[in-house]
Amino acid sequence: MKIVIASGKGGTGKTTLSVNLSSYMAEKEEVILTDLDVEEPNSGLFIKADLLHQEKKYKMIPEWKEDQCTLCGICQEVCNFHAVIQLGKEIMVFPELCHACYACSELCPVDALPMIPRKMGMLSHFQKGNLHFVESRIDIGEEQAVPLIKQSHEYVNDTFPGEKTSIYDAPPGTSCPVIEATRYADFVILVTEPTPFGLHDLKLAVETVRQLKKNFGVVINRQGIGDDKVLKYCENENIKVLAEIRNNRKIAELYSAGKMIYTELPEFRKELDRIIDFLKGLNGGDIR
Amino acid sequence: MKEIVVISGKGGTGKTSLTASFAFLGGKDVIVADCDVDAADMHLLLQPDFANSEDFYSGELAQITQEKCNVCGKCAEVCRFDAIPLIRGRYVINPLSCEGCGYCARVCPTKAITNKKLNVGKWYVSNIKTGTLMVHAKLSIGADNSGKLVARVKSEAKDIAEEEKAEYVIVDGSPGLGCPVVSSLSGASFVVLVTEPSLSGLHDLKRVYELVQKFGLKAGCIINKADINLNLTEEIEDFLRRENILHLGKLPYDEQFTHAMTIGQTVIESDAEEIKKIITDSWNKIKHTIN
Repeated sequence: MKIVIASGKGGTGKTTLSVNLSSYMAEKEEVILTDLDVEEPNSGLFIKADLLHQEKKYKMIPEWKEDQCTLCGICQEVCNFHAVIQLGKEIMVFPELCHACYACSELCPVDALPMIPRKMGMLSHFQKGNLHFVESRIDIGEEQAVPLIKQSHEYVNDTFPGEKTSIYDAPPGTSCPVIEATRYADFVILVTEPTPFGLHDLKLAVETVRQLKKNFGVVINRQGIGDDKVLKYCENENIKVLAEIRNNRKIAELYSAGKMIYTELPEFRKELDRIIDFLKGLNGGDIR
Repeated sequence: MKEIVVISGKGGTGKTSLTASFAFLGGKDVIVADCDVDAADMHLLLQPDFANSEDFYSGELAQITQEKCNVCGKCAEVCRFDAIPLIRGRYVINPLSCEGCGYCARVCPTKAITNKKLNVGKWYVSNIKTGTLMVHAKLSIGADNSGKLVARVKSEAKDIAEEEKAEYVIVDGSPGLGCPVVSSLSGASFVVLVTEPSLSGLHDLKRVYELVQKFGLKAGCIINKADINLNLTEEIEDFLRRENILHLGKLPYDEQFTHAMTIGQTVIESDAEEIKKIITDSWNKIKHTIN
């Protein structure tokens, strides 16, 4: 079963939930945790595991072959992203604007724009006992997260075929990286907090997962700091609240130091149990 | 006119609460731009009136006219985004996968595919309670092109600042360091980094600062929830010194931010005197540095 942990608003506790849930579950069974927040991946700060494998990740971009080019201008005309521009007798490629659609390359009548790989990030695969941890990290200045998220999915799907318990830490927001992160999800957990910002962004996230036709539930973090409007919203919308984590300064302190919460706070572990029981119930008693 | 951009790398460090506080302190000298178009929250604190709104079109989406389609499959063959699945004998566009590159339309032999301009959101110019104007936006769910919407919001805010002779544009940025953040940094006069003393906060601060350096911009930093982990606060302060980033202030972990937010206010409007003083000092430091 593929479980994606997402949220509209940043800083609500996606990473906290991802690392604690997967480490706790890995005490009993094999779990794969994948950090898809490739711009700012943080799960690795909490998971101390051995590096098994590392690979550079590339996206394909066109490279101009001046000697072959007839300056016909077709490449510039077909690029919808303004990533290929003809300036006088020169063709300029802007890699950060390129979506790797191949149109310029394949429609060039003289093969003057072959696609070449350009490094966009690094994927690392760690393991500790039952827990596999896969992290992708985008190079700074690279603007598009989607191609790297896509390749992370491919790596996980190829490396761990068959039914596995797989947890994904998604990026914040509701735009294209989140859509890509939730693409294969069997279930989405939306983490929020009981504040006006939390509620507003939760509504956007709910709209997103509904549009994607994904089964989902909500975890309310820092319960007690704001008001009860998130809870009321979930009731009215018939959204399952999977767990409510009480606001506790101790959690913020443990998190700040990169420590696990569930090993220290039994009440936090109890909320994880609620989530696990729910997921098992969904899947006939087994989360794989 | 100077442009101040507030970003953080990590989400939830307090960017929006602080940006709204600065807007409050700056009053009529400030035009506000909410560039976190993906999950815009500033309106919850500044109560804009949505006086003017405009649709935002950017990018394209392929559309297949089924009557013209001869099911040859060329489109699906060239599509690199798996956006044209064959369903019950017909090729259809998956709008969430289509990136609007237009390649399929160019190779379709029966001209069955056209590209539709996409309405990816709305942007607004509003009066806000601080007596000034705010430019803000709402990106449609799952939409691409957030960077372009950010660029539009910013350029409108700058135009308004020129017209109104406002001294500052304050920009609330997105988390992360992808296209909306890159877009919000372009043309900035000064960057305010909001962080917290957690391993994640510091890790994300370092990454986002690397991006700021690529733009060659001057930056300052506010450490929020500074008393949550004093060792890490010191580590952050060392980092600021090493990198010559202006130390703008340290805020304690305090639920008064949340209490103010719950009643739709910035913390400046509350009676949290200690916090108000720290934020006011930070704002004065920012003004002093960029002028």
